[in-house]
Amino acid sequence: MAAVKKIGAYICKGCGLDDRLDCGQLETVATREGKASPCKSHDFLCSQAGVDMIAEDIKSEELTHVVIAACSRRAKTEAFNFETVAISRANLREGVIWVRPDTDEARETTQEMADDYVRMACAEAKFTTQPPGNTEDKTACRHLLVVGGGITGMTAALEAAKAGYAATIVEKSAQLGGVVGQLSKRIATTAPFTELPDNGVAAMAAEIAANDKITVHLNSTVTRTSGAPGRFAADISTESGSTVTENFGAIVQASGFKPYDMGQLSEFNPDNADVVDQMGLEALVKEANGGAIKRPSDGKEIRSVAFIQCAGQRSQKEGHLSYCSGHCCQTSIKQAMYFKQLDSDIDAVVMFTDLRTPGAGGENFYRAGQDSGVTFTKSVASEISAGDSGPKVKFDDLLLNENVEQEFDLVVLATGMVPNSGVDIEAEAAAPAEGEAADSDVVASVPVESILNLDYRQGADVPQLVHGFTDSHFICFPYETRRTGIYTAGPVRRPMDAVQAMDDAAGAAMKAIQAIENANLGRAAHPRSGDLSYPLFRKEGCTQCKRCTVECPFGAINEDEDRYPEFNEERCRRCGTCMGACPVRVISFDNYSIDTVGQALKAVDIPDEFDEKPRTLVLACENDAYPALDMAAMNRVEYSAFTRIIPVRCLGSVNTIWLTDALNSGYDGIILMGCKKGEEYQCHFVKGSEIAHIRMSKIDDTLQQLNLETERVEVYEIAITDVERAPKLINDMAETIEKIGMSPFKF
Amino acid sequence: MSNTAMVEKYRSNFLKEVAENVEEGEWVRMCMQCGVCSGSCPMGPHWEHPPQELFMMIRANKREEVLSSSSMWMCTSCYNCIARCPRELPITHIMHGLAHYAKRLGLAPKENPTNKFSQRFWDNLTKTGRVNELKLGLSLYFMNGFVEGIKTALKMKDVGMGMLKTGRMNPLEILGGHGVKDKSGFQAMLKKAQELEAARVDK
Amino acid sequence: MAKKEYSFYPGCSSQKGASSINYLRSVETMCEDLDVQLNTIPDWNCCSASIGYNGGGELPRLVLSARNIALSEKNHPGQDIVSPCAACWLGTRESQERLNHNDSLMAEANTALKEAGLELEGKKDVRHMVEVLIEDFGYDALGAKVKKPLNDIKIAGYVGCQTNRPFGIDGESFENPKYLDKLIETLGGEPVENYDKKVSCCGGALAFSEPDKSQALIKDIIESAYDGGADMIVTPCPVCQMNVEVYQDQINAKYNTKFKMPVVYYSTLISVAYGHNAKDSALDGQVIRAKQLEEIAAK
Repeated sequence: MAAVKKIGAYICKGCGLDDRLDCGQLETVATREGKASPCKSHDFLCSQAGVDMIAEDIKSEELTHVVIAACSRRAKTEAFNFETVAISRANLREGVIWVRPDTDEARETTQEMADDYVRMACAEAKFTTQPPGNTEDKTACRHLLVVGGGITGMTAALEAAKAGYAATIVEKSAQLGGVVGQLSKRIATTAPFTELPDNGVAAMAAEIAANDKITVHLNSTVTRTSGAPGRFAADISTESGSTVTENFGAIVQASGFKPYDMGQLSEFNPDNADVVDQMGLEALVKEANGGAIKRPSDGKEIRSVAFIQCAGQRSQKEGHLSYCSGHCCQTSIKQAMYFKQLDSDIDAVVMFTDLRTPGAGGENFYRAGQDSGVTFTKSVASEISAGDSGPKVKFDDLLLNENVEQEFDLVVLATGMVPNSGVDIEAEAAAPAEGEAADSDVVASVPVESILNLDYRQGADVPQLVHGFTDSHFICFPYETRRTGIYTAGPVRRPMDAVQAMDDAAGAAMKAIQAIENANLGRAAHPRSGDLSYPLFRKEGCTQCKRCTVECPFGAINEDEDRYPEFNEERCRRCGTCMGACPVRVISFDNYSIDTVGQALKAVDIPDEFDEKPRTLVLACENDAYPALDMAAMNRVEYSAFTRIIPVRCLGSVNTIWLTDALNSGYDGIILMGCKKGEEYQCHFVKGSEIAHIRMSKIDDTLQQLNLETERVEVYEIAITDVERAPKLINDMAETIEKIGMSPFKF
Repeated sequence: MSNTAMVEKYRSNFLKEVAENVEEGEWVRMCMQCGVCSGSCPMGPHWEHPPQELFMMIRANKREEVLSSSSMWMCTSCYNCIARCPRELPITHIMHGLAHYAKRLGLAPKENPTNKFSQRFWDNLTKTGRVNELKLGLSLYFMNGFVEGIKTALKMKDVGMGMLKTGRMNPLEILGGHGVKDKSGFQAMLKKAQELEAARVDK
Repeated sequence: MAKKEYSFYPGCSSQKGASSINYLRSVETMCEDLDVQLNTIPDWNCCSASIGYNGGGELPRLVLSARNIALSEKNHPGQDIVSPCAACWLGTRESQERLNHNDSLMAEANTALKEAGLELEGKKDVRHMVEVLIEDFGYDALGAKVKKPLNDIKIAGYVGCQTNRPFGIDGESFENPKYLDKLIETLGGEPVENYDKKVSCCGGALAFSEPDKSQALIKDIIESAYDGGADMIVTPCPVCQMNVEVYQDQINAKYNTKFKMPVVYYSTLISVAYGHNAKDSALDGQVIRAKQLEEIAAK
């Protein structure tokens, strides 16, 4: 890297920019105010000739920084990709000419917008550096830790081995197989959907035993996990107490589920020996060993069996699971087929309210069940009592609108899945502070043992999303937990059946491998994939306030022995939430810092109060809000010419100093645009937007201290589809300013 | 095949009885209770129990209620239910089959007009091999007795006159009319088919 | 173009003095113009439509159609079976499919057929007359023969049930088949757009046994045609034609309506458009006269 900063500025005249703007003036701004040298215009900057011109200059002029004044930073990224220099972009196309009318009256304010964006880009360039990336040879550990030896864990290990990576399975029990290992047969997923396949565990276990890339620790748990992607260290302890410590590059957590405790369903007579759950029936079938299935109470051959779906689940009653466990309908169909395949005259009734059979074979498997003679009754069972010949079920037939009582030899309750997700670290963190009971959704009734025993500042297990499942977003980021390099798969992540769990395992294994390779190159994982920057920390200024360690959505920051934050760059997703949190501003990135944004916003020319040209600063999240504004521009949705937009990595990275600086500089309004927060969040860094909203709720005090109206600062949740709404909010602010008047802080 | 014999044979498994004895009856168990058939039926409001409900009643062993119902006699054979059933059940045929089975067991509602008409239609066509519309029409008018028949005939007088004037009705048909030439072969064939079917059902 | 020959199954209602003899007459006129030879299946019998199920069980009903197909196989090898009647076409085609689908039923059917000295192979294509027009000729060829376009006549194409479900005309949807509309356009007429009751049921055979319920359905079919501005209704089915046409007086009396909507066969439209007189086009078979067509035919 060159020792001195040398900035070159390049102004594009294509896409109609030259017709709408005085490009000569832009050159003057870049040269005089931005101190750029050289500064050149080009008719078609992203063409090969334009790109070659810049590349030539970088070499001959030894440029360290390049300002591209052309289109949005989201456009033409391949053309404007010069690896040796730091780049800043002035958005003249989507940010200026496409959102302004082409009229004589608008010409002056449109030019002012463009001038400002060039100033801002030059200011940003002055304070940014190109991150060096991984300069040392790190050689990350290319070994996966798989926690849990059920079919999810077994699949993950086998898939990793097939991709050339070593894997170690840690299984708590004495054998591999987990829940599926206890099943007599599996759901049929291929035509004709009537032949129920074996559980498949023995074959997988044999494959694992024969694979020299896979190591298995039985009767073992993970008692401590430390480190970061590429350099995890895990203590693997056996029941007897011996412990080994091994290094891993990434972790797949496949800790599975427990069946919901049917003992809690007192209305279903759980103490009756002839009322069992689905796993209970599997045990009876295994015991029968191909012969007649007998009921537990007296060993009588079962001639009639009822399956009650949604027992204690999909219910808002206290203590019940509110969600659908996804597999139980098909499991009951399969179990009814056990009986029908033994003897078609055995009466097998499935009582359902909504039969849900997801997955490739789902509907066909339902048909196979119907075809085999299983009776499906749309009904709600309300009570089981002891009858003369067996448990008596009271149910409402929802189609015939009747209340019916019927005795069966055996009743099977289709209860739900409770994830083995370890400690609910967020409830744990909240409990002492607020002194309230944990979330009532959490069903765990016994003290929970940690699965991973992470030595992270933020808790021993991965954070839970909802109902105790450990995901970070079911739709957008499957497998991704909020702990980089740790991926959950199977029913601990969300309710699912065995087929889905195996697909999940393959996905998580691939993600884990990707995490190892990213760590090796010093690159960020999703969503800033490939980003080489990481937080830089100026220890001298730190007051040990701990906000960064608490607020980091990914638990990347521990505390060192002197109680200073200890950054683990491989765990970091580069959102900048720590930077936004820091009250003394000692955290920054090479290419994103308090100064890159702060100096850019200060570079804007603020006209005199009496010019009647207010200025609104928009800090827009680069993930959804900024693209939405770009799309608005493509649709030529106009917004106020008094707007100056700066993209931010996440609303969580917004430091309040930017707002104070902006207000002090004379901006009349500030809009913060982030992603949706809360339960149905869309924040790409999960918690960033939420944290920003909390921080900004305190901005009113600042405004009042400055004797400013609170309407001058607004925080909005913007979706990528808010193509009309985002510009409208900007225009609303312009109207508000017109109403309440200009800021008095214009110097 | 008598009703009591069937009750004895299948005890509490009406679904099985239907599957083994009713035309296309093995499809009943494949119904997934979505109700599209009931919503698609032009006579929908007039069914005592729409098809979806009949299927559920069959599974719930409501044998008497199903077989003595007037419901399946409401089918106009428009095939809307067949076209729309997501499970591709031949619902129209099942309705015909249930009606026929009820009739065989003597459980069909005797005064149901479609029951009567359907039987007359069959009798009419099997006599000569082709339908004699005039005789069919007249027998229909009088299917509820002589006095009712005269009333109906008077009500239908204008319709009849319209048909007569346009050459679409021939009073001479009353004397015999059309028919197949190979009547004996035709009737032997039908007799054989009926025997074969009876043997299959009684098995 | 060479003469096309088909094994023809007219059906009971197309017999002399029966309710759709006018249909047969216009079909014959139309076929003459199209150089189509209809070879009537010798000694054909009734198919039992879809109402014979009370007296007839599954097999007896299936053998009725089996006999017709067997007669066609014997007398008209290589010729497709064609019927102008929706119920005959559906019954025959469906019976053949069901027999082909079930070996034991097929064996039993052949045992019964043997009594009549016949045998069934079951490999015939069974087609509706409309399929012949659309598939073997096509709209362009049909349009080329138009001599008197049906200008200024707005017609509701009432497809009904059994020519539409469960088989229908290839390439058409169950919910909105367009072939009658296209045919009307081909003949120079104007189809009613979005005819609401295009595929609704007229009650079929239940018009006899459940007249009140059926006439309520028929009323909606006619009303919807008036709503669309129709001058007349066209249909491909004898039951539809009769039900929708002949009960209008009774419906008027019951519902206080003033219906007087002519209901014609597509073959009548074609015959008129091809320049034939009222008699050959069977316009004299209309209980409610189609005056606009009569005017064109008289020109």
